Amino acid sequence: MGKVVVVTSGKGGVGKTTSTAALGAAVAKTGKKVALVDFDVGLRNLDLIMGAERRVVFDLVNVIQGTAKLSQALIRDKRVDTLFLLPASQTRDKDALTEEGVGEVIDKLRSVFDYVFCDSPAGIERGAQLAMRFADEAVIVTNPEVSSVRDSDRIIGLLDARTMRAEQGEQIAKHVLVTRYDAGRAARGEMLSIDDVLEILSVPLLGIIPESQDVLRASNLGAPVTLSEPLNTAAKAYVDAARRLEGEDLPVVVPFERKGFLDRLLGRRAA
Amino acid sequence: MTFAAPLEAKSIRFRARSFVAFTLTPEAPMAEWLQGLDHWIGNSPGYFAGRPVLLDLNSLKPASSEIAALVAELGTRGIRIYAIELEGAALGPDLPPLLVGAKEATTEGLLPGRKAREEVSGREGKAAEGRDHGMDARADAGGVAKGKAGASKTEESEPQVSHYDSGTLMIKAPIRSGQAIMHAHGDVIVLGSVASGSEIVAAGSIHVYGTLRGRASAGALGNTSARIFCRRNEAELLSVDGWYITAEEMEGVSRGKPVQAFLDGEGLRVETLS
Repeated sequence: MGKVVVVTSGKGGVGKTTSTAALGAAVAKTGKKVALVDFDVGLRNLDLIMGAERRVVFDLVNVIQGTAKLSQALIRDKRVDTLFLLPASQTRDKDALTEEGVGEVIDKLRSVFDYVFCDSPAGIERGAQLAMRFADEAVIVTNPEVSSVRDSDRIIGLLDARTMRAEQGEQIAKHVLVTRYDAGRAARGEMLSIDDVLEILSVPLLGIIPESQDVLRASNLGAPVTLSEPLNTAAKAYVDAARRLEGEDLPVVVPFERKGFLDRLLGRRAA
Repeated sequence: MTFAAPLEAKSIRFRARSFVAFTLTPEAPMAEWLQGLDHWIGNSPGYFAGRPVLLDLNSLKPASSEIAALVAELGTRGIRIYAIELEGAALGPDLPPLLVGAKEATTEGLLPGRKAREEVSGREGKAAEGRDHGMDARADAGGVAKGKAGASKTEESEPQVSHYDSGTLMIKAPIRSGQAIMHAHGDVIVLGSVASGSEIVAAGSIHVYGTLRGRASAGALGNTSARIFCRRNEAELLSVDGWYITAEEMEGVSRGKPVQAFLDGEGLRVETLS
């Protein structure tokens, strides 16, 4: 039986979809069978970041309504052959998802794949709750800023109350992934520190992804950053986070601002 | 011995009043139903305390000896039955009295009596819909199984709690943004932190062993000696018996420190604990 991981956040724009693609690709590269499911019905984006937008024929809603088979809707990635994508429908809305339907699809995926990553829509509405409903683990994506942290706190409350596991009296494993971390701004006190984030959320840290232009570039090119630029610091941070998700005990290093010799000499600030 | 009413009182006044009653509807198998009830009570401790409850036995139709056992069983859980609804039953004097002609309550108002409701059983779906509204008075078995039978203020997310007969509510998990803990029977102890955007309301005192960032109202039912204690005060609002102090007023003096808040005659005082 595979593990179902929901990638969620509460606040939008923090990097859920990017993180789903990057983590999924990193896990798939180790040979595990991975499915990425886009739950953001109406605003599908995961297929864009995976570079599969022109290969979408059937989607999650088709599978739930029985107009397509799961095997027809799953898109195999061209770069990693253990990586699959189940896209969301752009034309339907979140009401097209039913709890029973989602449960059936997740059960089927769980029996075939080692990992099922569910990319949750932002917010706390029905779509987000369905995405987390059948999860075994949750990755809560947070930016080091107060509004994002507070929304994450709210989502953790829902994870502890509204998931299948919680209702059966079990715990759902939770991890915080801090994205868009800018070491320079954190050093100047313009961002919450990692310690503050963890103190507020009291959930173990999965990784810290530094703010990087390369992540945006990779997304726009339709490739997860862990596949297209594996040597990038952000990509490395995602790979480490994926290894921690698989149970490896790696220490998390808080990125610091690297200053050149001349910068230090002249007291200049880097960007 | 007889008791003579004073002659001046010409008539005794009988008045009718109607109340919304909370109804428990047990279902077979009983062991499973009781287990569900226990789970639900575990999630909302104190929900039934001091609240008279009706027992609707129309679907179970037990023998009268079984009724006595059931009433006793519920009694051990602190649930006091004050009347029983069971069509055509004759109950002994040791059991709560029989109640007839009850009407279903919904958010809009009262539905027609039980008899009429059964005649329109085709509209079952509508009745079930009404049951899911938070205001509904029925804590029936379906609701118990789902663990979200209305009325409980903490329904959004019940943290891991344990409840003792002392009336103290101990919460072992952090309280998350958006959660509201209402405890009308004593103190609340929180071992973790209380996030901003959450709220604790207690009849007694509130003890927070982490950082208090949300709102805390102690002595909510008029207990002037209730206090609020926390290891680190970042609260949005502290209040005791309706007297309150907001984050702005605490600025600089007591923020970020271990404090206690209490009433001292003129109003609410927040003092740092050394």
